[in-house]
Amino acid sequence: MKADPLPDAEAALAALVARMQGKVAPDAAFVGIYSGGAWVAERLVERLGARPLGFIDVAYYRDDYARSGLKPNTRRTSLPFEVDGATIVLVDDVLYTGRSVRAAVNELFDFGRPERVELAVLVDRGGRELPIEATYTGARVAVTRDNTVVLSRDPGGTLSLRVEPVTGVA
Amino acid sequence: MTRNPQLDRNGGLRHLITLEGLPAEVITRVLDTAEPFVSVAEREVKKVPLLRGKAVFNLFFENSTRTRTTFEIAAKRLSADVINLNIGASSTAKGETLLDTVDNLCAMNADIFVVRHSQSGAPHLIASHLDATGRSHVHVVNAGDGRHAHPTQGLLDLYTIRHYKRDFGGLVVAVVGDILHSRVARSLIHGLTTMRAAEVRVIAPRTLLPTRVEALGVRVASDMREGLRGCDVVVMLRLQSERMKGALLPSAGEFFKQYGLTQDKLALAKPDAIVMHPGPMNRGVEIDSAVADGARSVILPQVTFGIAVRMAVLSLIASP
Amino acid sequence: MNVEIKGGRVVDPAQDLDRVTSVYVADGTIAGLHDPPPHWRAERVIDAHGLVVAPGFVDLAARLREPGFEHKATLASELAAAAAGGVTGLACPPDTDPPLDEPGLVQMLKHRARVINQAHVYPIGALSLGLAGQTLTEMSELAEAGCVAFSHADVPLPDTQMLFRALQYAGTFRHRVWLRPQDSHLARGGVAHDGEVATRLGLPGIPVSAETIALATIFALVRETGVGVHLCRISSASGVDMVRAAKAEGLPLTCDVDVHHLHLCDVDIGWFDPLANLMPPLRGTRDRAALRAGLADGTIDAVCSDHAPVDDDDKQVPFGEAEPGATGLELLLPLTLKWAAEDDVPLPRAIAAIATRPAHILGVAPATLRRGSAADLAIFDPTEPWVVRRDTLRSQGKNTPFLGIEVSGRVRYTLLAGQVVHEL
Repeated sequence: MKADPLPDAEAALAALVARMQGKVAPDAAFVGIYSGGAWVAERLVERLGARPLGFIDVAYYRDDYARSGLKPNTRRTSLPFEVDGATIVLVDDVLYTGRSVRAAVNELFDFGRPERVELAVLVDRGGRELPIEATYTGARVAVTRDNTVVLSRDPGGTLSLRVEPVTGVA
Repeated sequence: MTRNPQLDRNGGLRHLITLEGLPAEVITRVLDTAEPFVSVAEREVKKVPLLRGKAVFNLFFENSTRTRTTFEIAAKRLSADVINLNIGASSTAKGETLLDTVDNLCAMNADIFVVRHSQSGAPHLIASHLDATGRSHVHVVNAGDGRHAHPTQGLLDLYTIRHYKRDFGGLVVAVVGDILHSRVARSLIHGLTTMRAAEVRVIAPRTLLPTRVEALGVRVASDMREGLRGCDVVVMLRLQSERMKGALLPSAGEFFKQYGLTQDKLALAKPDAIVMHPGPMNRGVEIDSAVADGARSVILPQVTFGIAVRMAVLSLIASP
Repeated sequence: MNVEIKGGRVVDPAQDLDRVTSVYVADGTIAGLHDPPPHWRAERVIDAHGLVVAPGFVDLAARLREPGFEHKATLASELAAAAAGGVTGLACPPDTDPPLDEPGLVQMLKHRARVINQAHVYPIGALSLGLAGQTLTEMSELAEAGCVAFSHADVPLPDTQMLFRALQYAGTFRHRVWLRPQDSHLARGGVAHDGEVATRLGLPGIPVSAETIALATIFALVRETGVGVHLCRISSASGVDMVRAAKAEGLPLTCDVDVHHLHLCDVDIGWFDPLANLMPPLRGTRDRAALRAGLADGTIDAVCSDHAPVDDDDKQVPFGEAEPGATGLELLLPLTLKWAAEDDVPLPRAIAAIATRPAHILGVAPATLRRGSAADLAIFDPTEPWVVRRDTLRSQGKNTPFLGIEVSGRVRYTLLAGQVVHEL
């Protein structure tokens, strides 16, 4: 697969905001998937207006525990709103195989029964292994399997993307 | 058996048998892993699918509804299947050896054995047997063996202390009561010395102190008032009624007078000292109700933390 | 059969002999030393070059488990183990089932041992009926049947009054009394030496005072009755000091030590290894050093194996539930040689500790290679290494803390009354 040039993170965010403006329900709760998705979710709330904001750590719902064990630095999932009947937008930084989103959805449903769940991602790099698609996408990029796409946030809050070779287990 | 059987080649936790010899990094990893698990209890669905499909066998050769229940809750919150074995009533009464019982259960695809036994060394025996018979995928968690160790209790005690006091570095911890027979005391002492607590004091009459207990890295105080002075943490141990029979103590009453934790004795510790007890408490024997239910008591949080710590232990141990 | 044992290093402490020479055996006795007897024609020649030729070892404590405990071991297996270990004479304690408190049992045991013909068995009779500490046994009948001494095995000593009377009675007839110095009350519930290791491992301890109090009691009774006692399995530094002082005082005492206690201490329990569960318990490093010093200076007269074959099932259990004891007949020689090498003890002294002195304590025929003595010999390679494994041990008991360890000292030939009963 040919590798595209990596989009600028702030530009992708602006594009994402533009696509969500007017389309996303005003009372929808945003739930960011740690840690990149959490940063994106925070920025989206800034731009799209105050609404319930939660964060989810998918460590306990991943499907690779039997292979890679527990990852260190698990954070607390916090959903400070009623999940039953809610409209929720899951937010992630990079959509790839779809497994993290699958884990996040499963975890959400252990908290209650949402009315509707949508997905907003900053970057879609393709390579899906599950039938999952984003409702809102900031940018698309093709990246070879031996590389991973990483979102960073500098102390000033500016987001940036970079490509890194995969080390060991993904 | 000379190698520490608890850690695998990569330094990961394979069995949890004793806190003795467990590196500080491993202890810290358990405590850090336990933290987010505390919040699982606050969810509507108090479950995560981490150990789904794993079978946890509670092998309790010594009765304990409390400990068995907390392990059961911890395992179920991880979505594991839990099988409780009341061993006294079954096999060993018929003469089946401990290792035969273990072999039979392995044949039923056990992944984790949570073992409580009245003999020190029983979980070591089981772990060595599993290693020797090539069953490296089966893990042992010691839920208390004789007087030797109760590592999950030690870990939850460390978690509790860390939760309220942050650093172990400057802490003075007093452990009061029947140290001689206490696996809880031994595990806590090993944990605190590994985590570099400033001072660990044991307070008990000489009949309830093990020989050469100072070699464990503790200071002995036979007078409770002297021993509690300036403490950050006071851990009260349970006194069993059998101790009165063996000429170790004259009566519960005299014990309470000398070693029971009351408000006025607690006042000798630091003003923000916390009071802990592994439970179940004997009110009026080792601890006064006013203290047990008072502001400094963290006895109930210990129970909550205990479930999270056991969830952490089970997840780390079952981790490849 | 005429056997010529050629060119070995012949060590016989009873005659102060230590030289490379030959031994001539005929009609079950030593027919000649250095020079062959007249008209000598060897029917078998054993080339003993590079080997040591010594009197067969005499083990003061070897449990044969018959009658009663045949699932642990049998006379056949354990006497074969004795022969493999160079032990030509052994004393077996009375704790069989039933205990050796009845002449018929003793006769049967001796008869069966004679038939098997691998070692001389010297039964120790029970001091009290059923080892229950109530009624005296018919010591004279038992002595006639073949008992060389009387003891209480590892069963707690009877109360002081009973013990006093037992000593008096035995003393009347000059019967030997052997006693293990352990106070049953202080030892109650204990499975390990009461020290740092037991504290760390959470094992109930047996304090040294369990031994010293029993020794003091025994010494007081010995003083009062004038009856000599052999002390079995001393284990502590304080105990050794007390025996030294008592001997200096002139009390008629002898004393032995279990060869394992010369090498191991409580730290060797490691991670609750049930193979290190012995009785008396392995004590501290100071105690081990004192035992070795006591053996070197003669406070301790002899070394024994305290042979105790235990079934695997009774050892593969948590430490506190395990049956104490180790299989030892085949390790008596290598472990004694190891002590001698480490502490610079000359070979004749080492052999005296496992042959000459024990025979003297037992009061049986001296272990010696003098002309005319019974031809009970152990011919061994003092430096040959071998690994202690289940398949290299003849004993039915594979319970030894030395399992997997390489030791030095291998018996190549054992002769019993001139017959080769073991050879490699």
